[in-house]
Amino acid sequence: MVNSRSRTNKILFFYLPLTLMFTWTIFPIYWTINTAFKHEGDIVKRPLEYFPTAPTVENFVVAWNNVGFATFFKNSLIVGISTVLVVIVLSTLSGYALSRYKFKGKRSFLLMLLATQFIPRAMLIIPLFIIFKSMGLISNPLSLIITYTAVEIPFTTILMSGFIGNIPRDLEEAAAVDGASKLQSLRLVMLPLLLPGIVATAVFTFIYTWNEFLLALMLTNQQSKFTLPVGLSFMMGEFNVNYGALAAGSVIALIPAVILFAYAQKHLVNGLGGAVKG
Amino acid sequence: MSSKQLSGDVKVKRKFKIDNWIPYLFILPSFLIIATFLFYPIGTVFYYSFQHYDISAPFYNKFAGFENFVKIFTADKLFFPSLMTSLKWVVSQVGLQLIFGLLFAVMLNQTFKLRGFVRAIAFIPWAISGVLASVMWSLMYNEHMGVFNDILMKLGIISEPQAFLASTSSAFIAVVIAELWRGIPFFAITLLASLQSIPEELYEASDIDGANKWESFIHITLPHLKNTIVLTTLLRTVWEFNNVDLIFNLTGGGPANSTTTLTMYIANLAVNGSDFGYGSALTVISFLLLFVFAMVYLKITRYERED
Repeated sequence: MVNSRSRTNKILFFYLPLTLMFTWTIFPIYWTINTAFKHEGDIVKRPLEYFPTAPTVENFVVAWNNVGFATFFKNSLIVGISTVLVVIVLSTLSGYALSRYKFKGKRSFLLMLLATQFIPRAMLIIPLFIIFKSMGLISNPLSLIITYTAVEIPFTTILMSGFIGNIPRDLEEAAAVDGASKLQSLRLVMLPLLLPGIVATAVFTFIYTWNEFLLALMLTNQQSKFTLPVGLSFMMGEFNVNYGALAAGSVIALIPAVILFAYAQKHLVNGLGGAVKG
Repeated sequence: MSSKQLSGDVKVKRKFKIDNWIPYLFILPSFLIIATFLFYPIGTVFYYSFQHYDISAPFYNKFAGFENFVKIFTADKLFFPSLMTSLKWVVSQVGLQLIFGLLFAVMLNQTFKLRGFVRAIAFIPWAISGVLASVMWSLMYNEHMGVFNDILMKLGIISEPQAFLASTSSAFIAVVIAELWRGIPFFAITLLASLQSIPEELYEASDIDGANKWESFIHITLPHLKNTIVLTTLLRTVWEFNNVDLIFNLTGGGPANSTTTLTMYIANLAVNGSDFGYGSALTVISFLLLFVFAMVYLKITRYERED
């Protein structure tokens, strides 16, 4: 008797909310995929199809070839990969300095990094536009790579200094005794141990660049230079929206972010949770 | 230290010196890029806020004194309404994201089959961009093909398809719901990490003392989560105040400015390339508002950083 009541309770207060949570999270993604695989006529057909009865990939072909998603994808990839490379190098160096050295001004530097977390990103759109316009870098991927690096560096530096702090100092000292230079010990001893941390930082940075919208919108004014978010937004704003191609474009944009997230989820959750916890 | 001692040990001193410079060399590139592309631009926002600065009519650019600020508080019909919308936006987002994030975290902290899989799914919206989320929710809100209209009509709640995003009575709520979808996982992730660091013994002890689940939640879980909650809500407030991705793409601030937050207002001015001086003045005001808020918030919540 008691047992069946507690089971009912468990269903009511645990499995039901859990199912609702799962549905709430997954449904918008499912609906987009569902729309992406429908023929143009079937999208607006009544009764609404909750599952594509005659699935097609024509939307993907149109999005990729005609609407420009091949270009947007390539632009996002260029900006993302370049930013990741720069961020990894710079934040490994500064993270190393923070976790391994005591030096004058360290506290101020840390404070400066923390302060950046409170800078409203939207505050940057006007001055950065003016700066990059004077440098002739509007619609140039460089302006985005530089901006994203500046925005991400403070957080990734803190993240990397945490990862580096977890590696015992003795290993480096042993390398130094064996006659390795600072850079050699960094490259040969630290780097392999740091790899998981580097991967997490890289994924975190890549997802940010892949998703960023407002700065990319402000710093790009040629369609051939649009990144995916700007391209999607542009498409949504058109008078006659091609919903099938829009949904297909979204699925294209979704795939890399979700795959990377799934791959590095554990590290990201630990890193993000740890960083916020302080 | 006397100079005699120094000169006696020049070689050691010099080596010592090079080692001293290493940390500075290592942080130099990061420092430079942060200073040049974060702090310097912020500085120039303050400068431009005292200028008339129109990029399309540079001939008329000149020093404006406090004119921009005076105009904001006396002549701007959109400033106070957009500030109110920002307040509504931030309070509803942060409040609801925290409540549901906590609920998600507590559920995902239980042991059940397929927990790893369900966790991964539950966190996915965190990795999805604002623009992508906008597309997804606009497909569902759509008047002609939207699934919400279909469900609500089947349930008999509405008789005609609604354009949720085009009506002043529903647009704001619709955008809030869409942003919630994307925002809850952030709280769920950080709170789950914090939940996992609570020692199991605490619960066992309170169980022996005869406390029920709710009591141990109030007396053990919440106090333990306090610092995380204070910091995440603060970070999130700043973030949501500045976040326009969904508003920009779902409604563009409309209809009839019912979804125009202060940041959306600034973004519209900036994207349309109107007077950057005026936009900068609005930016300065939102910065000061956030700054004061952060100080007061940290003070009243007595946030303490654990070292």
